[in-house]
Amino acid sequence: MVVIGRVVGMQRVLAIGTLLLSSVAALGQQAPGNDLGELMRQLSGRRHGEVSFVEQHFLKLLKHPAESYGELTYDAPDRLEKRTVEPKAETLTLAGDVLTVVRGGRVRTLDLKAYPTLVPFIESIRATLAGDLPSLERLFTVDFAGTLARWRLTLTPRDAQVAKTVSRVTIDGTSDTLTTVEIIETDGDRSLMTLRNHQ
Amino acid sequence: MRARRAAVIAAWLCSLAVAAAVALHARYITDLSAFLPAHPTAQQRILVEQLRDGPASRLLLVGIEGGSRLGRAAVSNEMERRLRADAEFSSVSNGQEASADRDREFLFAHRYLLSDATDAQHFSAAGLETAMRETVADLASPEGLIIKSLVPHDPTGETLHIIDRLSRMPAPQLRDGVWVSGDGNRALLVAQTAASGSDTDAQEHAIGAARAAFAAAVHEVGASAQPLELLLSGPGVFAVASRAGIVHAAVRLSIASSVLIVLILLSVYRSVPALLLGLLPVVTGALVGIAAVALFFGAVHGITLGFGVTLIGESVDYSIYFFIQSARGEAVAAHGAADEGPWQRRLWPTMRLGMLTSVCGFASLLPSGFPGLAQLGAYSISGLVAAAAVTRFVLPELLPPRFAIRDLTPLGARVAAWIAPAGRARGRAPWVLALALAGVALAVLVLARGTLWNRELSRLSPASPAQERIDAELRADLGAPDSLDLVVVSGASLEEVLRGAERAALALAPLVDANVIGGIDSPSYYLPSLATQTARRDSLPPPDTLRGNLDRATAGGLGLDSRELTPFLGDIEAARHAPLLAPRDLAGTSLSAALDALLMHAGERWSALLPLRAPHGSASDIDLAPLRAALAAAGGESASVYVLDLKHESDALYAEYLHRAMRLSLAGLAAIVVLLWIALRSLKRAALVLAPLVLAVLTVAALLALCGVELTIMHLVGMLLIVAVGSNYALFFDRRSERGGGPLTLASLLIANLCTVIGFGLLSFSGVPVLEALGTTVAPGAFLALLYAALLTRHA
Repeated sequence: MVVIGRVVGMQRVLAIGTLLLSSVAALGQQAPGNDLGELMRQLSGRRHGEVSFVEQHFLKLLKHPAESYGELTYDAPDRLEKRTVEPKAETLTLAGDVLTVVRGGRVRTLDLKAYPTLVPFIESIRATLAGDLPSLERLFTVDFAGTLARWRLTLTPRDAQVAKTVSRVTIDGTSDTLTTVEIIETDGDRSLMTLRNHQ
Repeated sequence: MRARRAAVIAAWLCSLAVAAAVALHARYITDLSAFLPAHPTAQQRILVEQLRDGPASRLLLVGIEGGSRLGRAAVSNEMERRLRADAEFSSVSNGQEASADRDREFLFAHRYLLSDATDAQHFSAAGLETAMRETVADLASPEGLIIKSLVPHDPTGETLHIIDRLSRMPAPQLRDGVWVSGDGNRALLVAQTAASGSDTDAQEHAIGAARAAFAAAVHEVGASAQPLELLLSGPGVFAVASRAGIVHAAVRLSIASSVLIVLILLSVYRSVPALLLGLLPVVTGALVGIAAVALFFGAVHGITLGFGVTLIGESVDYSIYFFIQSARGEAVAAHGAADEGPWQRRLWPTMRLGMLTSVCGFASLLPSGFPGLAQLGAYSISGLVAAAAVTRFVLPELLPPRFAIRDLTPLGARVAAWIAPAGRARGRAPWVLALALAGVALAVLVLARGTLWNRELSRLSPASPAQERIDAELRADLGAPDSLDLVVVSGASLEEVLRGAERAALALAPLVDANVIGGIDSPSYYLPSLATQTARRDSLPPPDTLRGNLDRATAGGLGLDSRELTPFLGDIEAARHAPLLAPRDLAGTSLSAALDALLMHAGERWSALLPLRAPHGSASDIDLAPLRAALAAAGGESASVYVLDLKHESDALYAEYLHRAMRLSLAGLAAIVVLLWIALRSLKRAALVLAPLVLAVLTVAALLALCGVELTIMHLVGMLLIVAVGSNYALFFDRRSERGGGPLTLASLLIANLCTVIGFGLLSFSGVPVLEALGTTVAPGAFLALLYAALLTRHA
């Protein structure tokens, strides 16, 4: 009955949570420092961020990539809002562990801790934004490449469950600005989020 | 003489044994069903069945408090696992993800039969393109990850469409994988029992199983620093708790009032044999009363049992009159006053008239159509008749040869001396006072008439306020559907009601979009009618047509690669030849429980229930007028489709009963007037006997109104009891003033009144609302009846 429908409906939110969290990475926008530790230290100083995004989905199913547009807002330590404008209006808000989804006049809330497979992924993003390298490395193998002028973080899941769907997350940045977040899935599909600062 | 004594005693013992045997084997119930109509109309029957056996009646709400957040979540999951394995529960949910897997598989496997989007247009080139354009948009949205794997099989998004329709309601919050309350301090579960809500024994068993599962889960999860606490609520919990509560209160109060009455009688009689003999009518009356109810009604309501206490109050009076006044007879005989006949001739006629008066009053409850009240009536009548008969026929036979109790003449004389000045000094003053009092009481009642009577059925709920509070909290936490508004579709077959449900849901869809209704649930969402399923299956195109349509749909700028959609072609072809869904196909999914809850089958009659939810963002009730209009406009064969507002209907039902009970009580009063008129051979005397009783009832009603108590049907019963008990007092005073009776009458009435006031007074502290209503009415009423009778009858 209604309760059941409610449970079934949660599935959609779960997926939404996954992609939202990938966006979180996009908001640590300053990357000064000489090495990974310095980058983390700089990121931890970030209190607020607001950018617009373009997300492209390269899927085997599609002859050409599907695109979405919107805005991202981040407030330290753990509040994130992703407002998608096109192709479907939708607002996802992550506050602490609770994800709220507003879509088509409907509101759903979801506790991300309900999904253990997501937890390492979420925590790693948080750890990145908070500049918490130990937590990040507990969950991912972290590879820092390039220079501070043009750098790349490659996160590979340690958890076998997470590794089943996500091969790696690549975050690119130029000096103190995040430019792209790319999620590469195990089936070869990938999504590429390109960020542009308002200022 | 000796043979007669043996015969009388043997007959009494036999009846006692039979009554005890029947009472021991009787079934005891406590749910609200005793306060539902015995002969409902078709519409009332749905209402009654909903309240007794409907999905709402089988709901068990579970809260887990204390301990740590993770501890509560772990216990919630472990409890869910255990209850799911228990056949006593038809469904269990705690928000856990895994439990929905089977449901999703079922919805996916049968998506083309279940989706209301399935028609020929949907699978034309244009229809496919429209649907798949949505899907491509979804792929680009954050939902892409999950639907991606579905798209090759389901490019038109039917599975998500079905899920969306089923999940259109606010969900409780999830924390640590389980549902929690708004503040996060309570983990939540919802279970539905397999047994109906009115089966109190099964409910008690299910509650025991839930407690055991909780204890085992706590053990399994391991001890935590702070102990975890289990909260249970729901109609079954109420019924079980109130049964326990009523039985407990009845036993406790019976013992308490028995002890008090025994102490009083011991101090009065100063004779153990007199005391023991005096209790015989009480015990006999109580047993015969229960046996009579069990025989006539099949089951005894707990509240009737609670009434046993009240019967003690009245039937003990009989033996008090017998002992005190027959002792007087002995004494008078010893002094050689030959004009006094035996007890039976002097006193019995008055007692008998008092008893008949009571019987007239209670008889008015019998045709109330309200099984609970009819039970009270039957219990009281049979109990009083039995108690009076034992007093009249058995007690004299059991009286020891040298029977003697303390002479109470001095006590009576003192009382007589105390009330005497009132008459001598003030003449007709008591009557003036009485009229003034009646006027004031009437004025109070008229002023309070708007709020005088409580018209809500739930007021009769035997649940305590603490239980009601927990229930309200858990329901608010869960957003549990109150199922107070329903669309009911009735018909002669499952297929007919499913078709009706589909038409009704379709007619109401615009109102859901306009947020006049927050949402609607229908059995046809889980199991469409065969006609609909056939139409949907027939609309699926054959492979060549579908391939052509698909190629054309993807030829434009859609972006979907038709080569990736081969599984879709295969699935449609399989669906074209799949058998239609029958109820058994849902087995193993929680959709099955949902379907069962929304279908009712009794005899040749099927009913589909479509619960409505209140509009979003509004605490107000659903405006039912546009609903009725929409259903009527949909060409509704209005006889088989109607809107049922359960709360309104049940309150209307109760109001009807209240009115009926009031009319019947007035009829009972009229019968009492006629009886007294005939027995006393004077309308004036009858009126004089009744005056103190009416005044007592008015005073008590006015006092209750002044205290802000809203009167229920149980208060009305209490008023009837005031008349029943008080009539004895008034009749004895009448007889006394006629024959110049002595102080012994006063003494016996005073003792009897004391016992009655104690018996009913204790009910006021029972903690069971209906019994409290009775106690707070009768205890002061009985005392006032005696007082008014003493003051008024003497000075008439």
